[in-house]
Amino acid sequence: MADIETHPAAHAQGLKHHFDDSAQQLESSTLGMWVFLLTEIMFFGGMFGGYTVYRNMYPGAFASTSQFMNLAIGSINTGVLICSSFTMVLAVRAAQLGKKKSTITFLVLTLILGSVFLTLKYVEYYEKWKDHHIPGPGFRYAEPQYFHEAQILFFLYFAMTGLHALHMIVGAGLLTTLIVMASRNRFSAEWYTPVEMIGLYWHFVDIVWIFLFPLLYLIGHTSSWGG
Amino acid sequence: MTHKVVSVKTYATVFLCLIALTATTVGVSRIELGEYNFVVAMTIAVMKGSLVVWFFMDVRRGSSLTKLFVGAGLFWLAILLVFVLSDYLSRGWLPGPKWW
Repeated sequence: MADIETHPAAHAQGLKHHFDDSAQQLESSTLGMWVFLLTEIMFFGGMFGGYTVYRNMYPGAFASTSQFMNLAIGSINTGVLICSSFTMVLAVRAAQLGKKKSTITFLVLTLILGSVFLTLKYVEYYEKWKDHHIPGPGFRYAEPQYFHEAQILFFLYFAMTGLHALHMIVGAGLLTTLIVMASRNRFSAEWYTPVEMIGLYWHFVDIVWIFLFPLLYLIGHTSSWGG
Repeated sequence: MTHKVVSVKTYATVFLCLIALTATTVGVSRIELGEYNFVVAMTIAVMKGSLVVWFFMDVRRGSSLTKLFVGAGLFWLAILLVFVLSDYLSRGWLPGPKWW
């Protein structure tokens, strides 16, 4: 074959032959991942927009419902997610250095922190369930004048945190896949693209929470903005 | 790989900043500042988000094309939010029939 010379026999591990080198391949993957994350930004952006509109439409009901947000759990969960982003970035770093054992350790830590987040989310949802604050036929609310408006705001709360939690569950599945791949020696210092890409995804989910946290838990009990 | 590895110290510093900003935003939210509670909370959220994007997601060392894509995404998000909110939030500013 004529292109035997342009195709070195010793291909870098994991390098597909349509890329010049590993750096180009990694850049293409990064770019592709960012395009996916941009669609996710727009997806969540629509919900953030809708939330802001309803919050300004019903400022009274908003102030009323936000007193039922559990600030303690919300704050702890924010800290937990930031810790998980830190362990994720350390996992990517270990993968870049080709350190299999610490890659796996940090991935497992990230997975554990993600599970802690989801467990606390479950506790919060269960609290809402007990208080009959799930929109629908079983909905009860202490202030009857806000009965309908409060359901809309609780619906938005569940839609936004639920969508975020769904992304966390998907992330946990992806982390599990990475742990299995890493323990089967699929990664090396030359090729660790999946670790880096799923790292980007994990950080993105963290950023969504960074914005959800103040909007849902912090600004409620003070006056609303713009409305 | 061609990428030089970032030191653990850098990541740890960013991590501590994120935790400190979280503590700050929770603390400030307990103080009554009226409309400024929203402004402070969102400013801190933007700072935290930027730290994650710039350092943890490594856009800092990414290619120009990656930076362009990230910037384009934020620009499109701004179009979405500004155009929607400029409608809803400005309703009722002028005298006339109330539509909702």
